[in-house]
Order: sequence, then C-alpha cells, then structure tokens
Amino acid sequence: MVPVAVRRTRYTPRLNGERMPTQLGSERLIDSYRRMKTIREFEERLHVEIATGEIPGFTHLYAGQEAVAVGVCAHLDDRDYIVSTHRGHGHCIAKGCDVTGMMLEIYGRRDGLCHGKGGSMHIADAARGMLGANAIVGGGPPIAVGAAIACRNRRDGRVSVAFGGDGSSNQGTVFEAMNMAVVLKVPAIFIFEDNGYGEHTGAAYAVGSRDIGGRARGFGMPAVKCDGSDFFSVYEAAGEVIERARRGEGPAALEATITRFYGHFEGDPQLYRAKDEVKRQRETLDCLKKFRERAMVEDWVAESALDAVDTQVLATIDAAVAAAKSAAPPPDSDVATDVYVSY
Amino acid sequence: MAQKSFRDALNDALHLEMARDPTVIVLGEDVSGGAGGTSGEREASGGIFGVTKGLLPKFGEDRVIDTPISESAIIGAASGAALAGLRPVAELMFADFVGVSMDQIFNQMAKFRYMFGGMMRCPAVVRLAMGAGMNMGAQHSQTIYPFLTAVPGLKVVVPSNARDAKGLLTQAIRDDDPVMFFEHKALYPRKCEVPDEAYTISFGEASLVREGGDVTVVAIGRMVVFAEKAVDAVAADGIRCDLIDPRTTSPLDEETILESLESSGRLVVVDESNPRCSVAADIAALAASKGFHSLKAPVMQVTAPHSPVPFARELERAYVPSPARIEAAIRAVMK
Repeated sequence: MVPVAVRRTRYTPRLNGERMPTQLGSERLIDSYRRMKTIREFEERLHVEIATGEIPGFTHLYAGQEAVAVGVCAHLDDRDYIVSTHRGHGHCIAKGCDVTGMMLEIYGRRDGLCHGKGGSMHIADAARGMLGANAIVGGGPPIAVGAAIACRNRRDGRVSVAFGGDGSSNQGTVFEAMNMAVVLKVPAIFIFEDNGYGEHTGAAYAVGSRDIGGRARGFGMPAVKCDGSDFFSVYEAAGEVIERARRGEGPAALEATITRFYGHFEGDPQLYRAKDEVKRQRETLDCLKKFRERAMVEDWVAESALDAVDTQVLATIDAAVAAAKSAAPPPDSDVATDVYVSY
Repeated sequence: MAQKSFRDALNDALHLEMARDPTVIVLGEDVSGGAGGTSGEREASGGIFGVTKGLLPKFGEDRVIDTPISESAIIGAASGAALAGLRPVAELMFADFVGVSMDQIFNQMAKFRYMFGGMMRCPAVVRLAMGAGMNMGAQHSQTIYPFLTAVPGLKVVVPSNARDAKGLLTQAIRDDDPVMFFEHKALYPRKCEVPDEAYTISFGEASLVREGGDVTVVAIGRMVVFAEKAVDAVAADGIRCDLIDPRTTSPLDEETILESLESSGRLVVVDESNPRCSVAADIAALAASKGFHSLKAPVMQVTAPHSPVPFARELERAYVPSPARIEAAIRAVMK
C-alpha cells in the first residue's frame, strides 16, 4: 500500500503548526511520544517472545498504528470510555493500562489485568474506562453507544470512543451503532483505523465504497479523515470530533489511514502483501520517526529528552517481560470463578 | 390483594424500580412508540404488549429510550450502559429476534465479567416475549430459552404467573448479572393476586405449585398452567403429583426437583421448546445422573416436536404440549 494522501473534507481541521505545541506543551508531547514508543516496543518484543512459543494463543500486533491510539486518547481521561478490538494492545497502553499487568495477562498469568481469563484479545481496565478489547470484529461499537448513553444521561461531558478498522466498517453491528448514536444524539466517537487489510483481504477489495468516512456521513454524523502515521494529524482531527461530542453535539467519526507492520496475527505469512511493502512502509510511515522529525524541525522538544524516553521504555518492557515470565499461572480452581457476581 | 394481569405486574415492577433507582433505564423498539410519527402522540405504543406503558410520561426520554429496529445495537447498548454504571432493561420485542443479536448476548454481555477477570459487572436485563399460541408463525412464536440457558454468564428467568413475574423482574433489575427475562405472550392477560408494593423472588428457587408425592411434574413458563390442569385431572383418580415450577432455568433449583423425585420416583418434564438440547432434556439428564436410584419408571418428556412452530391453528395446537398430553404422560409413568 502506498501512502494515501490526506483528503480534506469540510470537517477536516486545519493543522495549525504554531498553535500545536502551545496547546500540548513539551511535557505532554513527550508523554505522547512515550506512549507511542511503549506500544511499539511492547509489540516488537511480543513479536520476538511469541516466536519462543512461551505465549499461549494468538496475538494481533498494533505496531505501525501507534499514532492513532495515542492521538485519540491524548484527548481522553480515565472517566472517558473506550472499547477496543482484537488488535487492542495499543489502545490499552494509550488509555493508561499498566504495561506489566498487560504483559502478565498476555502470558496468561494469575496477576494479569484479567487474572489470565482474558488474554491478548480481552484486556480491560475498569479504572481506566477501558471497556475491553474485543475479539469480534464490529463487536465493540454497540457497547460504546451504551456507554455513551450513560455519559449523555449524566451530562458530565464524558465521551465514549469505539475503535475499529476498515474490516469493522463492513459489519452490520457498526452500521446499527452509528445510526443509533445519531438517533439518540449520544457522545460516541467512531474511530476507523484503515490499515489496508481486513484479515488477509485488502480493504481496496472489501470496503465497497472505498470511503469509510462517507459511510459515517451517510448515517448523519460528521466524519474527519487524517493521516494515521502522523500523530499531529490524528491529534488535531480527534480533538475536533471529541470536543464536539463533549459539547453535546452528538456522535462523529474519524477515519485514519494507516498500515500495520505485522500480519493479521503473529504467524501470518502475509502472502497477500507485496514483498517489500512492510519495509517501505517502515521507512515512510513510521509515526515515531515522523514525530521526531517534526518535533526537531519545530524545536518543540529536545532530542535528548526523546532519547531518554527510548531508554526508559526499553527498561519498562524488559521489566514487564521478566515479571511475566516468572509470574505464577492461575490455579485450576480459578476455572469457574467470576462467571457471575452471584449464582 | 389486588388481582393484576401478568402484563400489569411487569409494568408495576418497572414503574417501582425506575422510581426507586435513577440508574434504571428502559430501551427497545416502541417501548413508548410514536417518536417521529405524524399524530403528535408521543406515547403511541407503550410497548407492543403494553408492558412499558406510562413510563415515558413519568420518567422522560433520557430513561425511556425508543430505539431504531437494531437488535444488536439494542443489546450492545444495554451492555455498554450497564458496564458504565446504569441498570438497563432492554426489550427485544419477540424472543425470536435474539437471532439478530446473538453475538451481543452470548459473546459480549454474557462473557464480560469472566473475560475481564471479575473486574466488571454487567447488570442488564433483556426482556423477551416468547411462545406459541397466537398463530404468529415460525419466527415470532419460539421459546428459545434453552439456547441462553446453555450460556455461562447469563441468568434465565421464565415466569409462569403474574405474582412471580413481578418479583422476578424486580430481582432481575436489582441483580448484578445479565438476566434474560422470558415472558410468554399467552400469559400477559392472565390475572392473579399481586401485591402492590415492590418485592423480589430469588433466582434458583423453584415454586411447589401442587404437592402430591406420586409423580414429580416439572413444567416451565406457560406449561405450568397446562400442567396444573393435567395434575388436577389425574388427582380425581387418586394420582397425586408434585408440580414444580423452576421459575429460573439458570440457575436451576436442582435440589427441589431431586428431593421431590426421591419420594415420587417418577418424573414428567413439560417444556414448550423443541426437544433436542432442551431444558426438559437437561432435567431428564439430572434425574438420570443424580436421581437414578430413585427412579421407578422412565422419565417422560412432554415437549414440542423437532419442528419449527407452524402457522395454521390446528397445526399450532398440535405443536404445543397440551394438558391432555401431559395427563397421558403422568398416567404412563404410573403404570
């Protein structure tokens, strides 16, 4: 997939290079970089560790898409809700889930965020408003609408964000959720990360209209398109739709054009991708490289600060993996606990 | 005590719980009806069966939410609202529509608590109108509670009378787990004495409708009404039955059934559902595995046939287990 030019719609915000650093501040810029870098290293490390066979099940890596999760979640706090997807590690980290707790969960450990009952595709964190990764494509958006009803009724300015991809944009549940959000005028935001592939099939084939934002507009909500490899593009576009929802003006959609650096799942031979596609994309669509370049050119943050983040992140991931490897599995007696609150 | 219909008893429970707890909301197709219509009548429906009547004028549009015809989104929205701290009561209109929303029920709502390691609660109620007897054909007449009874994480309620319906719905709304609440359409107009105030009936506690001791008859939902007729008919010939209404199929009150079976040694199970993988089959298996040494006769299951619900009056009558078939089964286990 070649980089897709950002098509400006009438809802596309104008990126204001001067306003940006003032609004974010160097501390928050560094924090955003840290989150993106954490996601990247988390996934790169999982790629290595999965090959050892020590991690059960199968895993979908988010590497390459970091700027979307972080650019969106930079506008949210713990009281806002998100629902995620099977490719959910990035959304979890961006929303503030504990990295070690996540790693333990992915290793199937008792002290994981979900006590080893969920695994990679079902990480959740109530304290962070993270209502779960979701292994059913299109499963999350209806749930996000429900959380948005709660936000609307409380009138406290909270919002509910549903992450999904080009694949989920083809699911009926997503159509139902978008229509219902418009009808009920709830603060739900639908993020579509178009990474070019739904499983092993190209979005160029499977998304009939080739225009995911247009689908959202068809349901009566505004849709913004952004460059998912550019944190600043995502941040500004997400800010527009999220603030609008906070003001009580209803749902909106954000379409981010992006790529994934790995297969649908770990072990996917990716026979559907041109030989040098990922290599090329890693050179041209790496959100971390782009962030560094922009931040350096604009002189928003010191390069040394970002280098320090890189070192710290690697140490965090090392510690998380070491903790996960040495942690205890759940005992057999846990098999049928937590099915009900009471039964 | 006032005589109230099954419909009004449910309506009572909704009014009382919505007044008691501001987090209770109701959502579904036509729960008030009239939105977007040309008459200006805002509560034009009050639910297709009238169960949600009067809620909109009293509690307003934030809490009484008319939805588009989008069953997946209705159930998903109920789940999400529940995770976010509300107590939604979603109406699915006809239980058959569960098919459209199955993923949101059995992959999402039912599994959140477990998948998330007990971290979250999903206190949602789904109301489902079910049952044959009104010539509504194969897609509006099924009693599909066996599907949902089989799903860990769901509780399944199948009341047989107005008094139980009110207490069980109140419990369902206050319960912290997702509850599937099945209402047999033929029961809506049936009246009995129902207290005015709020009360709950615990899940997993069967009701002993008749006490006998010769035969244990277990019946579910509307079949309790038919089984009463059969049990009363055989009583004239000196055959005395325990008639047990489990009231909830998940959890199932195994103890009451097994205790009765221990003294009777004979079991008839009556279930309007299709026979394969049904609640009747489940209870028969319970008798075989945990009550085997009590059995004096083969267990009889009186169920619908392995067919869809037919349309024609005569065929539908042949489909639904009748009091006569139940009576014949009771006499058969006594032979």
